Amino acid sequence: MSEAAVNTADSRGIESLVDDWSADKQAYHVPWGKAMMWIFLVSDTFIFTCFLTSYLSVRLSTTQPWPPQSEIFALSFGGDPIPLILIAIMTFILITSSGTMVLAVNYGYRKDKIRTFWLMVVTALFGMSFVGMQAFEWTKLIVEEGVRPWGNPFGAAQFGSVFFMITGFHGLHVSAGVIYLLTIAFKVRAGHYDKKGYEVVEIAGLYWHFVDLVWVFIFAFFYLL
Amino acid sequence: MSSEAGQQHPLGVYYKVWALLFVLSACSYMVDFFEVQGAMRWTLVLLFMVLKAGFIVAIFMHVVWERMALVLTILGPPVALLLLIGLMTIEGNYVAGTRYQYMGHDRDAVALGPDDLHGEEHGEAVEH
Repeated sequence: MSEAAVNTADSRGIESLVDDWSADKQAYHVPWGKAMMWIFLVSDTFIFTCFLTSYLSVRLSTTQPWPPQSEIFALSFGGDPIPLILIAIMTFILITSSGTMVLAVNYGYRKDKIRTFWLMVVTALFGMSFVGMQAFEWTKLIVEEGVRPWGNPFGAAQFGSVFFMITGFHGLHVSAGVIYLLTIAFKVRAGHYDKKGYEVVEIAGLYWHFVDLVWVFIFAFFYLL
Repeated sequence: MSSEAGQQHPLGVYYKVWALLFVLSACSYMVDFFEVQGAMRWTLVLLFMVLKAGFIVAIFMHVVWERMALVLTILGPPVALLLLIGLMTIEGNYVAGTRYQYMGHDRDAVALGPDDLHGEEHGEAVEH
C-alpha cells in the first residue's frame, strides 16, 4: 500500500502531500528512526532559537555597551593578535567533520563497512578537537579575561551568561554527538547492521549536521555581529 | 523503492557543496578580518549564514530529496519562530528606550577591549 504511494505520485509535489496525509496510513515514507530523529531535531531547533532569541532580547535592551567579540576572541601566535582566529578554526573543523560524515553515510549505503567505520571515527575525532578548543577558549575567557556569567570587565554583564549558556549547550551537543557517532561506528564495524540496513548511519549523520548547522548561527550571531 | 532504500547520491554533489561551505565560511571570516562595519556587515554575515545553513540542510541533510510531507514537518514549525524573533526585537528596543529615558544611562558609552585592561600582559603597547 505505502509502496504504491511512493511509486505513483510525483514524489515531491503537492499531490504527494495530499496523498500521504489523506488516508489512514503511514505518512512518512522514511525509516521510523529517521522520522523520529527529525522530530527531535525540530524540537532542538526551538530550544536553540529560544536561547538565541533571549540573547537578542538582552543585547537589545541592555544600556551597557556590548563587549567587542572580535578583540576578546583574538589569539596571538607570537605576533599581533589575529581576530577571531580560534573561532574560525573551530568553524572549519566542524565543516570538515560534516564532510567526512556525509561520506560515511554514502559508504554506509554501499555497505562498505571499513570506510564507513573510519570516516565516522575521523568525524568523531574532529568533534573531540572542537570540544578541546572550546575548553581552551573557555579557560582563556575565565582565567585571563575574568569573564563570569554575572559580569565581565568589558561591558554588558549579560555577555558572560549568554556566552556560557549558548556555547556550553552547543558543546554539550557536540560531546554527545561524539559518543553517539563512536557507538554507531563500532556497531557498524561489528556487522550489526548487515541485515537491518545502514539507515542508522544516515540518522546519526542528521544529528551531526544539525550540530554543524547550529554552529553556523552561533558563529554569525554571537561572534560576527 | 529507491526512496525506501535510503538517500544515495553521487559523491560529486557532496564534494562540491563541501568546497562551497569552506568558501562561504572563509567569506564570513573575511568580513570580520577586514572589519567591514554597519549595514554592509549585517548584510554579508546574514547572507553567508543563510547560504551555509541552506546548503547543509538541503544537501547534507538530504532535505531536497525528501517527500513534501517530511519537508513541511521539518521546515514548517520553525517559521513560527520568526514571529517570536520579531516580537522580541520590538520588546528589546522598547525596554532599552525606557531604560535610557528613565535611568539616565549614557547612550554613547563605548565597551572596553582586552588591550585597554591589560595591554602590557599581551606584550602590546596600547596606542589608540
